[in-house]
This record gives sequence, C-alpha cells and structure tokens, in this order.
Amino acid sequence: MSTESTDKHLDFLEHHFSTPQQQAESAKLGMWVFLLTEILLFGGLFLAYAVYRSWHPEMFYNAHLFLDRELGTFNTVVLIISSLTMALAIRSMQLGKRKQTIWMLVATLALAAVFLVVKYFEYSHKIHLGQLPGKFYTFDGIEGNNPHVFFSVYFLMTGLHGIHVIGGMFAIGWVLRRTIRNDFSSAYYTPIEMTGLYWHLVDLVWIFLFPLFYLIG
Amino acid sequence: MSTLEKAIADTNYLKDPPGIKNWLFTLDHKRIGVLYLYGIMASFLLGGIFAMLLRLELLSPDQVIVDADTYNQFFTLHGAVMIFLFIIPSIPAALGNFVLPLMIGAKDVAFPRLNLASWYIYVAGAIICLYSIVAGGADTGWTFYTPYSTQTSTAVISLTFGAFVLGFSSIFTGINFIATIHKLRAPGMSWFKMPLMVWALYATSIIQVMATPVLGITLVLLIVERAFGIGIFDPAMGGDPVLYQHFFWFYSHPAVYIMILPAMGIISELISTFSHKKIFGYKMIAFSSLGIAFVSFLVWGHHMFVSGQSELAAMVFSFLTFFVGIPSGIKVFNWVATMYKGSIELKTPMLYALSFLFLFTIGGFTGIVLGSLAVDVHLHDTYFIVAHFHYVMMGGTVMAFLGGLHYWWPKMWGRMYSEFWAKISLALIFIGFNATFFTQFIMGSQGMPRRYATYVDTYHRLHAFSTYGSWVLGLGFVVMAVYLIHSLFKGSKAPANPWRSLTMEWETTSPPITHNFDRPMVLEHGPYDYDVIDPKRRLEDHKREVSK
Repeated sequence: MSTESTDKHLDFLEHHFSTPQQQAESAKLGMWVFLLTEILLFGGLFLAYAVYRSWHPEMFYNAHLFLDRELGTFNTVVLIISSLTMALAIRSMQLGKRKQTIWMLVATLALAAVFLVVKYFEYSHKIHLGQLPGKFYTFDGIEGNNPHVFFSVYFLMTGLHGIHVIGGMFAIGWVLRRTIRNDFSSAYYTPIEMTGLYWHLVDLVWIFLFPLFYLIG
Repeated sequence: MSTLEKAIADTNYLKDPPGIKNWLFTLDHKRIGVLYLYGIMASFLLGGIFAMLLRLELLSPDQVIVDADTYNQFFTLHGAVMIFLFIIPSIPAALGNFVLPLMIGAKDVAFPRLNLASWYIYVAGAIICLYSIVAGGADTGWTFYTPYSTQTSTAVISLTFGAFVLGFSSIFTGINFIATIHKLRAPGMSWFKMPLMVWALYATSIIQVMATPVLGITLVLLIVERAFGIGIFDPAMGGDPVLYQHFFWFYSHPAVYIMILPAMGIISELISTFSHKKIFGYKMIAFSSLGIAFVSFLVWGHHMFVSGQSELAAMVFSFLTFFVGIPSGIKVFNWVATMYKGSIELKTPMLYALSFLFLFTIGGFTGIVLGSLAVDVHLHDTYFIVAHFHYVMMGGTVMAFLGGLHYWWPKMWGRMYSEFWAKISLALIFIGFNATFFTQFIMGSQGMPRRYATYVDTYHRLHAFSTYGSWVLGLGFVVMAVYLIHSLFKGSKAPANPWRSLTMEWETTSPPITHNFDRPMVLEHGPYDYDVIDPKRRLEDHKREVSK
C-alpha cells in the first residue's frame, strides 16, 4: 500500500530526474535565468530612456506633467497587492490549502485585470489628445524639443510591460486551472511558484517604470 | 544477426520509438539534436548557394549573373542565413544537444519540452526569415543598420522579425543547458571533472541568455521604427542612429563568441582524444572560456570606430579588444602543449582540429590588426574584414563543427564514414578556403571595399582567383555530402568507442539507446585521464593477445 501511494505521489517526477528536489531546483534555476533575460530585454528600453532623458531633460519634465499621477499611484498599489496575493497563493499550496490557493490566484488575476483597465483609460486619453509616439504625435502644448520622443519611450516601455502583464495573466490562469484540477499538493507546487517569480518580476518592472515616468522632478 | 542482437539494435534512439510522429513530437535530446542538424544543414546549403552566387558575380567587374540590387540582396541573405540560421545554432543546438547530456551522464536535458519548443521556434523563425526572399528580399546587410534599414523598400521587417523569433530559440537552448549542467551531472562529476566541451557550452549559454534579449529589443525597436516611424533612431525626429549600432553590437559582438566558444570546446576534446594525452592546463582552458564570455560584453564598440562614437570610448574599446587575445592565446598554447609528446593519430577529426588551429590563429591575429584604431581607419569596410571574420567563423567555427560532426558521427548514426574520402574532402576545403579568403586579405589591404557588386580592374585577378577558390571549396562540400550520406546506408558498423576516448558519451552503444545509458552513470575517471587509463588498456589488450 505504501509503495502505491508513493508512486501516486511522485507522478509529477519526470523520468530524467532522480529526485523531486533535483527537479524543483532545476526549474527554479531555469526560471531565474529566464528572469535575467527579461531584465535584459527591458534593459535596452531603460537605456533608451536614459539616453533621451539626458538629451532632453526639460522636455521630459514638461511632458511627464501630462501623465496622470493619481492613476499611476493607484496602479502601483494594485500591482503590489497582486504580488502579495500571488505570494499567499504559493504559501497556501505549501500548506496544502487548495481552496485558499484558488481564491488567492483569482484575486491576483482580478487585480491584474484592474491594472489593465486603468491602463486602457490612460492610453485612450492620450490617444484622444494626440500624445502619441513619433509621427503620430499631434498634441500642441508641451515645451521643449521633440516631445514625441517622450511618448515613444512611454508607450514602448509601458506597452511591453502591458504585454508581460497579459502573459502573466495567461500563466496565472493556467496554474489556476491546474489547481482546480487538483494537480498540486504541498509536495509539488513548482508551476505556481514559477508563475509567482514571473509575476513578481512584472510587478518589479512597474515599480521602476512608475517613478521614471510619473514622478520626474 | 540473431534475434537477440536484432532486439538490441532496435532499441537505439534512431528506431525506438518508431515512426515520423514520434520524431516530430520527441522529447529526446538526441532526436532534437538530429532535427536541428537537418535544419542547420539545409540552412548551410542555402547560405552556401548564396555565397557561390556572390563569388560568381565577382568573377569579373561586369555583370556576370545578377544586377547590383540583386547582389545586395544576396549578400544580405548569405549573411543572415549563415549567422542566424546556421552558425549560431550549429554547435550548441545540434551537436551540443546531442552530446551534452551524454557527456555528463544524464538521461536528458533539464527541460525536454522547452528543448522541443526551441526547435519549433527555430523552424518558425527560419520560415519567417525565408519569407523575406519571396517578399522582395532585403538589401541592408545582415546588420540592418539604420537609417537605411528604415528607408529601403525591401522586406526588412520579415527578416528582422524572423531573427527576433530565432532569438527565443537560442535563449531557450541557453537556459536549458545552464540548468542541465548545474543540476544533472552524474554523481562524482564535479565542475573540474567535466569535459571541456561542457565548460564551453556553459560559457556559450551564459552569453546566449545575456546578449540575445538585447538583440530582441533592438529588432523590436527597429520594426516599430520602420512600421510606425516613432523616430527613435531617426535624427530628424530627435533620435539617434548610432544608438541602434550600440544596441545591435551589444548583442552581435558577444554573438561572435556564441559561435566560437563551443568550437573551442570541440577542439579541446579532439586534441586530447587524438593525442591520447591528458589535456594540458585543464583549469586554464575552462576559465578562459568564462574569461572570453566576460570580455565579450565589453568590446562591442570596436565595430563602431568610424561611426562617430567619442575618441575616448574608441580608445577604451580598442584597449579592451586586445584582452580577448589573452584567453584565446591561453587556449591555443594549451592545445599545442597537449599535443607535445602525445601519440597523435591523424584521423579526420584531428585534421580538422589542426586546420582550426592554423586558420583560427590567422583569424585571431588579423583581429588584433583590426582592433588597432589607426589601422582600422584604413581597413574598415574592406575585404580585409571580410577575410578576417571568415577565417574566424568558417576557418574557426565551421572547421571545428565539421571536426565535431566527424568525431560524433559514429555515435550519432552508428556508422563509420570513409576515412579516405573524408581526407580528400578536407584537403579540398582547406585549399579552397585559403585560396578564397587569403586573397581577400590582400585585396582588402589594397583598399577593395566590401559589399560592392563591381570593382576597378586592378582587383580583377585577385577577385577571379578568390572565385576559383570558392569552386574548390564548394567541391569539397559536395564530396563530403556524398560520403556522409553514403555512410548512413553503407558505412561499416561503428563500435561504441571508435576513438578510444574517455568522455562518458563513448560508454554507451553507438547509436545510444533511447535512455542514453543502460545503468545509472557514476564518474569513474576524469575525462582526460589517458595517463592512467591508456596503460591499463594496453595491458588488457596484451593479455587478450596472449590468451589467444
């Protein structure tokens, strides 16, 4: 009887790993390396930001006044809370509380959706005013050279971040489905943990984007 | 063949599990390595055809086969195909995928599904790249420099988007190898008992995961710039085209080491195996791989000496460029020292290793020449640079790739190739290569600019000679294709360890069984302990002779 239950327990162990620990550690290492690539992907845009802000410091200051600081703050708080619920989801599964995990994942998903809805209103307001990248820029009223560059960098960086939020929502939805299907237990919850790592990174990128765009000066 | 022998023969990875569907959805690293091999060989053929057409056009200053615009598309596609589709995945994704788990005694890579995904992403990226051929080609050169790449009417977006997609494939392979090397080594295999090929793949993977995302974002910016005119690289709109070059070379210089480092790993294996001697300076070779990976991130500016970066930056980059010579020199000297007093067997893979040493050294030295600021002003954008990177990339990486391909061929397919024809082919390739590209050093130093469909009469004889050389080179590859394909069907059966090598991949059957080894592997001796193992083997051979 005991061997049978062990076998059932180790269903998740893939054939090329000798122990669950080895499998979990490999997944963790792989995920951290992947997060490193994400940082470098954003790194290119942060560099572009640094170059153009150092070239046009006044214009960046003037242009940033047109971003909605309150909505930005609200979204920052939303994402930080979502990171908390994500961490709690992992903790719940560590303790084997499946129901609680499901609720925490649902909360994370909902908060991510709130973030995107707020972003949608911010974007549509900018599009309405013509505060757009490059040649689409039609707004008149920001002093300084090439104000469209600010919005190029703004839309590129927040847009890429937004794509990552959507990707994160898919990942959370996937582990939510697997949690409901009863794939996880206190012995095996690696996918939730990996999704959590990813989600924290998405959150962290925003923590940098927010002051760089909304809080200049 | 007895039924038992047949049953054993049917359990090798090529046959078990059978069927095309099991191949296309395989999670076996060996099969994925073979799938990659098909992909890169097809790409090499395509890139090679472009190369032959380019040389043919340059046979005379007049139009030979195509007009100047088509010529521009040919060199762009030759470069893009060879770099993104062939040489970057060649050693890591094809040979590396096959041998890495075998060399460390593992059953597979850490993430088999990610591995298969990387192959499909590679195929998708390749199709998107090649779509640009039917969509009107691209004529920017493989570097896609702005502002031209945002203005030309050719299909730049599909080519760059294809390269962007291929980047994911490269990143996934890198992540997979890093986790595999950290977590799946056989018990007893400490870091300094790993084969040097594994060290080289490790250093390569680090560059792949750290540099490729930057190329990704660069190409995204280029595509957005071209599609929507956001002005980030356009000086008229407050942007900066030199920023593009910084971004691009921040990836593409380290990418050069993605290409050469695994080649150096193969050379370490070949030279030790065929000298039957412990590798000289194991730790220094291992650390120099990491050293090259580190320095590779600090030298990108040497591609931009004449593009308007500050003089101070140019001096710093030039200075740092010379540092690359130190770890590279360490490797070359250690390989030569390994051969000293070894019992050298001049089998085909070893001959490739020796060709590598000779050609890579020429390529490396001319790199020092190009890294010097004053000389570079004269030599940049001439055939000198073309010759330099072909000596490093083809004389270095491709030679090592072919050496590795011949070395692991028996393991991959369970068949031996014809040693005689292999040597003929190598001789043709070696002579053809030098005739083609050494000529270009001379033309370049005399001022012949690169990327022109025509030239002044002064260069006629040299250009024609270079083209004749390319025919010899091409013939060498045709011979190789014939005897390799022949060996797949008619080659003699390969023993498990035809070279009497000591690394772990030779401890399983040729071709390996589906799960790699018939027992859990434990390290019993170091990868290069020929000083210990060879005398034992000789004793055993002697005993066997006597008992007969």
